[in-house]
Amino acid sequence: MRAPVDEIWAWLSELPDPEIPVLSLTDLGVIRDVVWRGEVLEVTVTPTYSGCPATAVIEMDIEAALRRRGIARVVLRRQLSPPWTTGWITEEGREKLRAFGIAPPVAGTAASGRIAALAGARPEVACPRCGSPDTEEISRFGSTPCKAQWRCRACLEPFDYFKCH
Amino acid sequence: MTPLFELCLRMGDTTLILAQRVSEWCGHAPVLEEDIALANVALDLIGQTQLWLGLAGEVEGQGRDADALAFRRDAGAFRNLLLVERPNGDFGHTVMRQFLFDAWHLPMLRALAGSTEPRVAAIAQKAEREVAYHLERSADLVIRLGDGTPESRGRMQTALDALWPWAGEAFAGDAVDAALAAGGIAPDPASLRPAWNETVDSVLAEAMLSRPTGAFFHRGGRAGRHTEHLGHLLAEMQFLQRAYPGAEW
Repeated sequence: MRAPVDEIWAWLSELPDPEIPVLSLTDLGVIRDVVWRGEVLEVTVTPTYSGCPATAVIEMDIEAALRRRGIARVVLRRQLSPPWTTGWITEEGREKLRAFGIAPPVAGTAASGRIAALAGARPEVACPRCGSPDTEEISRFGSTPCKAQWRCRACLEPFDYFKCH
Repeated sequence: MTPLFELCLRMGDTTLILAQRVSEWCGHAPVLEEDIALANVALDLIGQTQLWLGLAGEVEGQGRDADALAFRRDAGAFRNLLLVERPNGDFGHTVMRQFLFDAWHLPMLRALAGSTEPRVAAIAQKAEREVAYHLERSADLVIRLGDGTPESRGRMQTALDALWPWAGEAFAGDAVDAALAAGGIAPDPASLRPAWNETVDSVLAEAMLSRPTGAFFHRGGRAGRHTEHLGHLLAEMQFLQRAYPGAEW
């Protein structure tokens, strides 16, 4: 069976990210390409962080979902370049993150390695719970590679911030 | 062995050994946030290792994958920088080692991102974003601990003095580097020195630490001549695959 590519994209948009299940794989922007090569369906996936353990699970989930839809021959291709960026998270995905309690990435604030930037500049992150901009970073690293730990000084709740990458 | 294969081993073995060292902290860090940060840095480095050693196996073409290269080679076949096999010491020592390494790693990856070998460039572009976070964290901690209490500053200066002779190896080129640089595959290691100096000098000044003056440095890791510490590290890291070859779960 050769399902139309648009329909396959729609199926993939129903698959949740294994670590942040409120996001679908298409919201996250990790599926690069879906193309038929003869009777074989080729799906190109890009990892978020190079060591992210979710990458292998994502690939298994894609393959299993497509088989359930009756596609017998699936090849998964892993593509590194150009590297994934949080800029590829869809607008809808960003809203889903916020509603789930994870502050979405603030564009243009990815780490640069510039030491001068260490002194003060932190992104302005609004608390996903109460909306207050009065927040502070606790740690640059969090429960998954893509997140940092933050705290709201207004409602006093800690929260996850999806780092700009 | 081709220069490209050597380059992949040098990068992948260095990230692997540092990842193993940093992983030794898991559950032992002074505060929870730092425990999590250390684990995240180790995870990034392991991910980069899979890419570098995966490419090494592909280039070699003998059927060895990243796992085979990581778990079934002895110390003499490893090509990591000696700096990363130094034992962890106290937390300050671990942070200082990470900083001296990150300050080299980031400009190295930025240079490799423009490699004429597209597979090298792709890995470097991917890793560069992760390592920018590593450098910001380690530099931030060096400053906070150096410009901290007399106790923390003393420990950071001790760590800096102890690690200094292990930092210079990264900039000492050999025939492999010359071949790689001639082909535009990798930079001349010495060309990374100015960027490293700039980062190290500005952070040490901010941290109220004194840059050691010694010019002597140990070398040999990139040619497979290691300190006694690597064998002990490998004995632990490789135990399972040595005892049960090919074991999976």
